[in-house]
Amino acid sequence: MSVGDPQSVEQLAEGLREVGYLPGESTALVAYLATRLGKPVLVEGPAGVGKTELAKALSRMLGRELVRLQCYEGLDEAKALYEWNYRKQLLRIQTEADDAGWQAVQDDIFGEEFLLARPLLRAIASEEPVVLLIDEIDKTDQEFEAMLLEVLSDFQISIPELGRVDARTQPVVLLTSNNSRELTEALKRRCLYLWLDYPEAEHELAIVRLHAPDLSDTVAARLVEIVGMVRELDLKKPPSIAESIDWARALLLLGADEIDGEVFRETMSVIVKHRTDMEVVAERVGLKLGAPADAA
Amino acid sequence: MPPDETRTGGLPASILEFGEQLRDEGVKVGTSELLDAFAAIGEIDWRSQPRFREALAATLAKSQEDRRVFELVFDRFFFRAVELAAREHDLSETSGGAGAIGGDGELSEQEMEQLRIQIAGALSDGAEGAMRDLARLAIAAFARRQEGSGVIGVDVQRIRRALGLRTEPQPELPPEDPRSEGIPRDALRRFEALLRRELERAQAEKTGNLPASRPLGELDRALPSGPLADLAAVHRVVAQLRRRLATQGMQNRGHRRHAQVDVRRTMRASLQTGGVPVELRFRPRRPKRPEIFVLCDVSTSVTSASVFFLSVLHALHDTFRKMRSFVFIERISEVTDIFEDERDFKAVSERISTDAGVADISGYTDYGRVWSEFLEQVEDELHPRATVIVLGDARTNGRDPRADIFARVAAKAGRTFWLNPEPRLYWNYGDSVIAAYEQYCTAFECWTTPQLEEFVRALTRPVQSAGG
Repeated sequence: MSVGDPQSVEQLAEGLREVGYLPGESTALVAYLATRLGKPVLVEGPAGVGKTELAKALSRMLGRELVRLQCYEGLDEAKALYEWNYRKQLLRIQTEADDAGWQAVQDDIFGEEFLLARPLLRAIASEEPVVLLIDEIDKTDQEFEAMLLEVLSDFQISIPELGRVDARTQPVVLLTSNNSRELTEALKRRCLYLWLDYPEAEHELAIVRLHAPDLSDTVAARLVEIVGMVRELDLKKPPSIAESIDWARALLLLGADEIDGEVFRETMSVIVKHRTDMEVVAERVGLKLGAPADAA
Repeated sequence: MPPDETRTGGLPASILEFGEQLRDEGVKVGTSELLDAFAAIGEIDWRSQPRFREALAATLAKSQEDRRVFELVFDRFFFRAVELAAREHDLSETSGGAGAIGGDGELSEQEMEQLRIQIAGALSDGAEGAMRDLARLAIAAFARRQEGSGVIGVDVQRIRRALGLRTEPQPELPPEDPRSEGIPRDALRRFEALLRRELERAQAEKTGNLPASRPLGELDRALPSGPLADLAAVHRVVAQLRRRLATQGMQNRGHRRHAQVDVRRTMRASLQTGGVPVELRFRPRRPKRPEIFVLCDVSTSVTSASVFFLSVLHALHDTFRKMRSFVFIERISEVTDIFEDERDFKAVSERISTDAGVADISGYTDYGRVWSEFLEQVEDELHPRATVIVLGDARTNGRDPRADIFARVAAKAGRTFWLNPEPRLYWNYGDSVIAAYEQYCTAFECWTTPQLEEFVRALTRPVQSAGG
């Protein structure tokens, strides 16, 4: 553990706040446990509640490099772990004098010089401790998950030609998932689990204030309240924290000093991203705001 | 099991026992999880209850559903431990300071009013800790005044009403009363949740059981049905299915062994490396996609399930090479176009119910006629690679099932599936004749999301792996 690691949950929460991330109680606790126990954290929750942002904030706070592996369908070892640099190997062979023995050449071309390190290997082999973010793990296939197990539990990678690469430092690992696929038990077993949900109103208000400090208090409070109302509707894509922040910034740009029906209808598209959703929201929330009696 | 036996073991034994109880409730807690839990507790100040709880939750409960069970078991388990300790120390008060306000016996009306204002105040301030205690107090107070109804939801609302908690302003109350301006909706919801939790806990305490032995996730229960209220749920299911299928498709495509080298492209790539074919280029493997014919019963008994099912299939449209859908009641009618024009689930079901013209006279399903019309329309297109899917309850209303025509359809098509939105228990009872058809096709029970998923998996898998 490096010197910069937080010594208590409070210290970590404070550190995260300083870099512009307001953690909830459980978020801070689990992040703290992750740094202390050296276990990966599986972060699940709806899109846009700050899963990826948490990793970024941790890396800023701990002063570590963020190594990010964005998962997608069909991601394989060559893109995630390492790959041999064929072209360079080939050049090496061609420039080699003809009388060099096979053994010598072989030892030569399967060296670290010819290895293209991909995110996982980079995170493991890094001299400095890093924060490794494996984003949207649920988008890969199960085989890939199985491959991750070695990395996550022992922090090592086996390269047949080279041997085993062990972690020189303990990375903090975060895996995020949108819960679109059930992850395997084996993977879950190796992780701490953190469920990030939409924050409570006051917490969200604090977040919005942090990211749009110039917005007036009343507007910010009103905004959070409305977003809460919108989330309660049955929408395809309920607005997330990211959208609340975007909306706050949009309102700031427009110089709105109150959110009435008019303003809401004009800027609604910032928080609602589906045509059918827009109709529902305009109908339910827009009407409520438009009512003249509602001045609060 | 009450934690009596573990008294001597202290905290470690209690946690082990707690893990055991979680297992009994279906949470998969392995030894490694328990070890993690111990390690985690070692790192935090476990005397703080929320931290202790969070640390255990992060290591033991690894999904949202597990978390729900965890909360219930945690409360039950450690609540009992506290109770037990209290009894050992011969304390007379049973739960969280209920005696503090009223002493014993009835609360006077004045004390009730005081409690009301106190709770409303805590709600307006949004103080979580105070709310929890007050929820307990409120329950204790009301347990003395009237008998609980036994249904938690009813009790929660009863207590809320008795406390006079409303979101809308109540101007008739004095202005210093926090209720006069209305309680924040958010806080009220949280308070209700706390009440519910405490009541659930009390019930768990009384009966020794969890309220539901295995709480089901929202999607596990049943397919969205009823008057299309669950639109969002439908979309969620479809999105999930699509994702899962997508990853599953990758599994099948993962077998590189049979990949064919594309000589032309390999040679071309080899120019880069001086004519040495270093990188092999493969012919892309196109998964064989099935051709699908769907027949959906849209009579009133199964409408919502059918339309839902059709929309699932159409959402998965690109997984199939060709897809034609028909709806039927007494006659059949092709609705493929409707799905291609309309993206909105609600609009689709409206258009089907107005345009399709499938009900003739009686409005009851006539399978015999449906088969013959279907065969007439698509006979030439059916071939061994085609898949026919029928969705219906196989209730003929006493008419001839004409399984012989169905057999001809099944014989012409490669695969025939039957999806029955009724639980298997009801099959072949009353006018259900699924047994007559089942001998020619594979019948699936299909009334929950996992079942539907299983079917879709069965539908997509064999054809892809058989492809070359």
